[in-house]
Amino acid sequence: MLLLLRRAAARAGVPLLRAGPGSPGNAGLSRSEPRARRGRGGEEEEEEDEGCYQLYPGHIPTSPLQKALLAAGSAVMALYDPYRHDMVAVLGETTGCLALPNLRDKMKHHPEGYRILQERPRICLSTLDMSRLRELPDGSLGREYVRFLEDNKVSPDTRMPAKFVDDEELAYVIQRYREVHDMMHTLLGMPTNMLGEVVVKWFEAVQTGLPMCVLGAAFGPVRLSARKLQVLATELVPWAIRSGRNASCILNVYYEQRWEQPVESLREEIGIFPPPAVCV
Amino acid sequence: MAAAALCPCQAVLARRGGALRALCGSVRGLAAGTQTHFGFQSVTEEERREKINQVFESVAKKYDVMNDSMTLGIHRVWKDILVHKMNPCPGTLLLDVAGGTGDIAFRFINYIRSARERQLQRKLRQHQNLSWQEISESYQEEQFKPLGDSQVVVCDINKEMLKVGKQKAQYLGYSEGLSWVLGNAEELPFDDDKFDVYTIAFGIRNVTRMDLALQEAYRVLKPGGRFLCLEFSHVSNPIISRLYDLYSFQVIPVLGEVIAGDWKSYQYLVESIRRFPPQEELKAMIEDAGFFKVDYQNLNSGIVAIHSGFKL
Repeated sequence: MLLLLRRAAARAGVPLLRAGPGSPGNAGLSRSEPRARRGRGGEEEEEEDEGCYQLYPGHIPTSPLQKALLAAGSAVMALYDPYRHDMVAVLGETTGCLALPNLRDKMKHHPEGYRILQERPRICLSTLDMSRLRELPDGSLGREYVRFLEDNKVSPDTRMPAKFVDDEELAYVIQRYREVHDMMHTLLGMPTNMLGEVVVKWFEAVQTGLPMCVLGAAFGPVRLSARKLQVLATELVPWAIRSGRNASCILNVYYEQRWEQPVESLREEIGIFPPPAVCV
Repeated sequence: MAAAALCPCQAVLARRGGALRALCGSVRGLAAGTQTHFGFQSVTEEERREKINQVFESVAKKYDVMNDSMTLGIHRVWKDILVHKMNPCPGTLLLDVAGGTGDIAFRFINYIRSARERQLQRKLRQHQNLSWQEISESYQEEQFKPLGDSQVVVCDINKEMLKVGKQKAQYLGYSEGLSWVLGNAEELPFDDDKFDVYTIAFGIRNVTRMDLALQEAYRVLKPGGRFLCLEFSHVSNPIISRLYDLYSFQVIPVLGEVIAGDWKSYQYLVESIRRFPPQEELKAMIEDAGFFKVDYQNLNSGIVAIHSGFKL
């Protein structure tokens, strides 16, 4: 109920926010600016009488102009400095306005996806029982996932929370997509080096249609050596595209309830073809 | 007694917007410390100090890069104009408050160095009838004083900003005539009547009690000393004001997010500029602290203003 009310308020509020470039016009701007600037502490403070446009914790309301500038700026910065993962995240959020509702609908119309949308599970160190996962048999999803995290020295907690998505449910969808990204690495058997990331991006681009994935897939290879480019073009990309097309929606899998399932069986169930035998 | 203390606060709040808000502010103020603003939010003074501290801790490393991108490099011109207006001569003792990354201090040193060189050249020209021996002796004496006893003390409340400033000084090769002090503008760790010039560039906006800072400035200046304040101010021209607002609110937080990965600090920046008193009001506040011949110079139609006053 609260969700519906908030969504209605958001739909009413967000268009009023900044009707266009001219609106934050005069010196007495205090009225038209979103009051939702929370201090860096992040905690809810006394709200101003103007009301709150923040749809979820961490949400920063933005005007269409700001979104356009963010999209352009983050694309350039992500290319310039590939280690700026936050820029890749911002690019995904600002350009996903068509793809995210699509993904959300795919989830809604699938029983497991629908359950995920209702229960809103999160993959982070506080919700994962790492010791239990480590004890699972080799080849199971849980064991291979933990192995992937340890081999590549990554943690599920480094995912940026959504900031610029103007819908609370879509913010969860993109958050879920980010958290499931590591699962993709595990299922596709790709490490987190540049080549592995590009392969996963190709797969995700076909699966989700997110412009950020398409851009990443297209521009990522720019930084690869000729030999790697050849492997990419001849073996990995065709496989990634075929798997992406064949597989069902990866967001419709409740991974947290399938830790014991062997990776091979999960691949078959989703429709991912076995990875080619190349050194990535 | 509490009501009297809250009166100036209430007056400011009433002017800013709504008697109701002022009333709420004073009620909250009684409950949890005097109310003030942080950008467009209303917070207590303690909260404001803490938040500003966090803002500068987070922006310190990218401070200079962000300044260049937000102002398209124009901030360098503003700072040059400030130092030219100051027109220091060798032997001046400068206190640069909120001087964190050292921009004003370095410009001061450069200015003094070139003024000193001109001074030396002038001296030499007057002594052209001296013998070679005497000329080389005079070189020897002057060599030990390239700055001619000028000193600049950079004072900042934030350790991170000072750290960045010291690293910059090392990188750029500034070593002598420079001191770095951790201190609060509202309560300076210096004795009375010490400095010839006091500058505060883009810092006074972040001071919670501006009246205290101005009083401290008056205290530490020598009689005859000059107070200079470079700060964002109010644009009266409506067209420029609209463009400026558009740029501030639409572009600057985006730049903050893309370059520094920090939207909120730069949102605070543009909001705090709007909250800052306009030129005439700041002039009145400076006069209240005891300064004479207070005047201001608008730069770029009032986007930035330099206020100047003298302790007589």
